Amino acid sequence: MATAFASRPPNAGPGVIPYITAGFPKLDDTVRILREFELAGCLAAEIGIPHSDPLADGPTIQKTGRLAIDNGMTLGLGLEQASSARAHGVSIPLVVMTCFNLIHAYGLGRFVFDAVHSGVDGVIVPDLPLEESLGLRAICQSLGLAFVPMVAPTTPDSRIRETCEQATGFVYCVSVTGTTGARQNVGPEAYDLLTRVRNCTLMPRALGFGISGRAHLDSMKGACEAVIVASALMDSLWERGHADAASTVARFLDEMLRDPT
Amino acid sequence: MSATLEATAPGRFGEYGGAYVPETVVPALNELEHEIPVAMADPLFLEELRGWLTDSAGRPTPMTYAGRLTQRVGGAQIWLKREDLLHTGAHKINNAIGQVLLARRMGKTRIVAETGAGQHGVATATACAALGLRCVVYMGAEDMRRQALNVYKMRLMGAEVREVTTGSQTLTDATAAAIRDWVANVRDTHFVIGSAIGPHPYPVLVRDLQRVIGDEARADGLERWKQLPDVVVACVGGGSNAIGMFTAFIGDADVRLVGAEAAGEGLVCGRNAASLSIGTPGTLHGTLTYLLQDGHGQILPTHSVSAGLDYPGVGPEHAFLKDSRRVEYLAISDGDCLDALKQLCQLEGILPALESSHAVAAAMTQAAGRRPDEIVLVCLSGRGDKDIDTIRARVPELG
Repeated sequence: MATAFASRPPNAGPGVIPYITAGFPKLDDTVRILREFELAGCLAAEIGIPHSDPLADGPTIQKTGRLAIDNGMTLGLGLEQASSARAHGVSIPLVVMTCFNLIHAYGLGRFVFDAVHSGVDGVIVPDLPLEESLGLRAICQSLGLAFVPMVAPTTPDSRIRETCEQATGFVYCVSVTGTTGARQNVGPEAYDLLTRVRNCTLMPRALGFGISGRAHLDSMKGACEAVIVASALMDSLWERGHADAASTVARFLDEMLRDPT
Repeated sequence: MSATLEATAPGRFGEYGGAYVPETVVPALNELEHEIPVAMADPLFLEELRGWLTDSAGRPTPMTYAGRLTQRVGGAQIWLKREDLLHTGAHKINNAIGQVLLARRMGKTRIVAETGAGQHGVATATACAALGLRCVVYMGAEDMRRQALNVYKMRLMGAEVREVTTGSQTLTDATAAAIRDWVANVRDTHFVIGSAIGPHPYPVLVRDLQRVIGDEARADGLERWKQLPDVVVACVGGGSNAIGMFTAFIGDADVRLVGAEAAGEGLVCGRNAASLSIGTPGTLHGTLTYLLQDGHGQILPTHSVSAGLDYPGVGPEHAFLKDSRRVEYLAISDGDCLDALKQLCQLEGILPALESSHAVAAAMTQAAGRRPDEIVLVCLSGRGDKDIDTIRARVPELG
């Protein structure tokens, strides 16, 4: 994962890390969608494994998650799909995002082991703050899975520093005081957070929550190393992607990533 | 005495508890954790809280000897701790007043709350009206239908009631929605959680605000009976009235503590809310506790005739008290609950809430076969006026 960030040209602007709810729109769409992420030149991919009762997600991620669970998605199946994506030539870093209860039910050690063997590079657990993550972090460290922590606009500097010291891979910077969901603008609290994070660590910063398109990407040039696009992409898939998820994703990313010149 | 139970770490009851929450609200939880002991050590705050509880909520509550019910059951004396006589009709007001006072002290101007049966919502709306804070209550659409009267009451009190249409449209979904609101508005908003659930420090805060129930009952009982009760019974959904009742007696090794959770239509059919009886440990709404979940960690739909017990988790301290065997948890079916409700109406002239009727049913089984000088104390956590429509549909023979 470090290589993926380091190998970007110095003036390229932030890389794009798109999010997909595994098993959405259809259970076996995940691998095709991950291949589109690769083809579009994304920096990495975030694979969301849905939970029935998410706390940090807005309406879009909630409803895609509900559908994916109804389709039969589980944490184990999500890891199998990651493995299958690797077998189909997907080489960008893959980061699993899920609620702690799914990992708890699966078994912490078993999860990290299976994730590493499925070709997964990192894990993000939005409801596992610093104080609760000691056990999982230790296992991640010993088996070589990046533990990507989250920091928010409400996080004080001292806590950002402490969190970043424990981070591997990158730091997930939450752009707003709120839940996931596409928004019009990246607000001042996001820029303030990114600056505060840079003062605490040299780790790459990925900005998530509310990032929806090309304009955001351009406006973040120089402000962070990556942006995470989740709800906007999922909205697009929800509206248009049920028939052909891969081409919907391809179109969305093309609009976001195509060089305007 | 409860301090010895929180053995392992702050916010932990054995392995249970903790704070499994998004980073955004961690600083608010830390602020709350810092503020609670300061407030609880401030004589002015305690005096203000005591004043509201006595002059407005109606504390202390009486204890009633259920003589005719005792006679019918034929065993130990059944005594009722009458939380149903409190302003707004249930024990929920103890916690709501305390938390709204705390929120005001911390400079918060807006309150969010979740509610199942609506009792906590009404209590919070009432406290906010009395103390002049904005109030938003999240409630599942199914519960809004079951508890229409309470929805209207909250609106009369000036609260905004927001309908939650996700999932099973009950308490669990309302709780998640309230937490999401809190995540988005954490700077000016305090989340008044209604039960002894949620991330640390909520289970401790709610317990400490509810322990007045057991403290009063224990002192009152010692004066009246010159002895401690033999059995203490309370219903358990999230478990706030139960933990409030039990805490005073936990150090009394000879007092048997019994929690009554909802067996719904039965423990094997899957239509129940008996997380302690048949659940497994996991994290939900910020805490590690017993949950009704599938093998993958997805939360299962629940059922109980009583909206207040219709919840797939339980307070983490109850999870610990179950494992340590200090408290015995029984599951009471919808049918036994309704039967106990009818008996209390017809023999004592008291209409209990459906939630509290679970405790009455459990108390009847506990009292049976005991000596007449033994005492079974029941927390009658709320009154049943809010449940009239549900009861009427279930007991149609009265018209």
